[in-house]
Amino acid sequence: MIDWGAIFSNAAVELISPTTAAYALAALGLAVHFGYTGLLNFGQAGFMALGAYGYAISTLTFGFPVWAAVLVGIGASVIFALVLGIPTLRLRADYLAIVTIAAAEIVRLLFTTNTFEPVTGSANGLSGYKGGFAALNPIPDGTYGFGPFEYNAYDWWLRIVAWTIVILACLFTWQIMRSPWGRVIKGIREDEDAVRALGKNVYFYKMQSLILGGVYGTIAGMIFVLPRAVVPSNYQTSLTFFIYAILLLGGAATILGPVIGSMVFWVLLSFFSGFIARAVEAGWIPFLTSIQAGQLRFILVGVAIMLIVIYRPQGIFGNKKELAFVK
Amino acid sequence: MSSNSVPTAKPVKTVDMHIGEAVPGCRKKDPILVVDGVSRTFGGLKAVDVEHLEVPRGAITALIGPNGAGKTTLFNLLTGFDKPDSGSWTFEGTPIGGMAAFKVARMGQVRTFQLTKALGLLTVMDNMLLGAKAQVGENLFRAVLPFLWRQQEADNRDKAMDLLARFKLDTKKDDYAASLSGGQRKLLEMARALMSDPTLVMLDEPMAGVNPALTQSLLDHILNLKAEGMSVLFVEHDMHMVRHIADWVIVMAEGRVVAEGDPHEVMRNQAVIDAYLGQHHDEDLGEDPSAEQQNVGAIKELLDDEL
Ligand SMILES: Nc1ncnc2c1ncn2[C@@H]1O[C@H](COP(=O)(O)OP(=O)(O)O)[C@@H](O)[C@H]1O
Ligand SMILES: [Mg+2]
Repeated sequence: MIDWGAIFSNAAVELISPTTAAYALAALGLAVHFGYTGLLNFGQAGFMALGAYGYAISTLTFGFPVWAAVLVGIGASVIFALVLGIPTLRLRADYLAIVTIAAAEIVRLLFTTNTFEPVTGSANGLSGYKGGFAALNPIPDGTYGFGPFEYNAYDWWLRIVAWTIVILACLFTWQIMRSPWGRVIKGIREDEDAVRALGKNVYFYKMQSLILGGVYGTIAGMIFVLPRAVVPSNYQTSLTFFIYAILLLGGAATILGPVIGSMVFWVLLSFFSGFIARAVEAGWIPFLTSIQAGQLRFILVGVAIMLIVIYRPQGIFGNKKELAFVK
Repeated sequence: MSSNSVPTAKPVKTVDMHIGEAVPGCRKKDPILVVDGVSRTFGGLKAVDVEHLEVPRGAITALIGPNGAGKTTLFNLLTGFDKPDSGSWTFEGTPIGGMAAFKVARMGQVRTFQLTKALGLLTVMDNMLLGAKAQVGENLFRAVLPFLWRQQEADNRDKAMDLLARFKLDTKKDDYAASLSGGQRKLLEMARALMSDPTLVMLDEPMAGVNPALTQSLLDHILNLKAEGMSVLFVEHDMHMVRHIADWVIVMAEGRVVAEGDPHEVMRNQAVIDAYLGQHHDEDLGEDPSAEQQNVGAIKELLDDEL
């Protein structure tokens, strides 16, 4: 018999998991890029990798305190955004897409190659950088919570910090998007020449947007590695596509969309993987091995997302009239 | 094309703006825009090749010429949306050749586009507000502190409402621009350009595709710009309208300025008639009969209006 309780409680855990928060923040960065500005950044995984490695390497190799390690990661992503943006943001939108997808792969391969093994850990990645963050934890040791949400002090600390950052980023984004700055940004999405003709330095605004959304991705990359290790294979292009899926799921030009989209995505993923694993165990799906079953969850999530995009193309929160990707 | 869309009241024409003969490239008493040796080629095609051109201040200047004459390309060059192969030009005495489009606009030389560029998924009001200059809240860091820009925003909103009311778009202020008709979008684009208090307004075919019911009000708006002290340079195909509102006409053909003059005089110029008729004369007429017809129509209009 299938243990539905376990399946649901495992799925519920994903609601507030730090990974969900990290994906939400990375998707919010893409909302700034794609949903609001119309920039096609296909290298969000690269920004996340810079956050993860920037933080881990600063801590492990240079012994930096938490704040300095965070700044190193942010600095690296600002430089990355400039390198990507300076040659491409004057050109047509597709150039940025090509350059970002390639640059993110270059970043990942640089972290994977054996050449820098002593610093990057090569394909094995890095671990053991969490001490500084754990030391800042004001919560006394112990286990807290109820039901599926029962965690030790470190796990609570991580969740509180992660979701506080997500909430602050949402508030910040909400405020700037309803300001005259946001109006220029949305105007650029609609027609950058028209905005240029009105005396706005479009190139400069696109650069600001690229940097801002990239920094969100970088901080998301740091949150992402605090409950796990840094592994270069996590930062493949498919990561960017999952984040795009979350963005479209929630609504591209919305603030809450990325957050709710991330929650829905992770809860569904956990639910399907829990269900399939147990169904295979119970012999309900005799033609599948457990490895094949592990892949099936992505197919089911894909189908679920397709259904949402077909029947609600503006996403969960999007305004149908303000649908950025169906012109 | 219908002459009933031409208003009966005669607008006051500005006259006597040029120095010497009204020949291509003639000097003006008070030019706002002075162009020298501007050329632009696409592949082997010389789209624009203007030796000298002066646009008078405080007047309505029409830029006419057959399709493909290079009018839009010249607009793009002068407003920084395209780079010339050679040449220089000044706006109010300041050299602005090679200047970025947004800087040109900030100097007070604003343009609209032949293909309307309403920002569809912004509201009409947001379209208007985007036109306002020097906005404090357009800086990312100040954007987070609304008290710094709330007052300016309110003032801009009032100004936008005034303009929208003039352009009869005030009831649409909260609609997405995408929901407007083609003509209303042209009006919106023009109103939006006025938010920046420009000194020279450049309109690329403001009347094209506009419902005849709206052309009258568009014409009045253009006349109003002049009444408010702005200079206007506009591209238009309808000769009745050109004749009706323009103080000065510049005729382009195959990239060059072939004639200039008072709207009534210039139409009699042999070079103008050649420009419209000659375009396909030595080519196979069968290639593009509709263009030929259009040009013959234009000539007929020219001559009609002589009455
Ligand atoms: N981006 C471009 N690439 C190639 N040829 C162009 C381009 N823009 C304009 N042209 C050509 O330059 C000539 C002038 O075009 P244009 O300025 O649009 O004329 P007009 O506005 O007077 O109708 C035309 O022959 C046109 O085909
Ligand atoms: Mg044109």
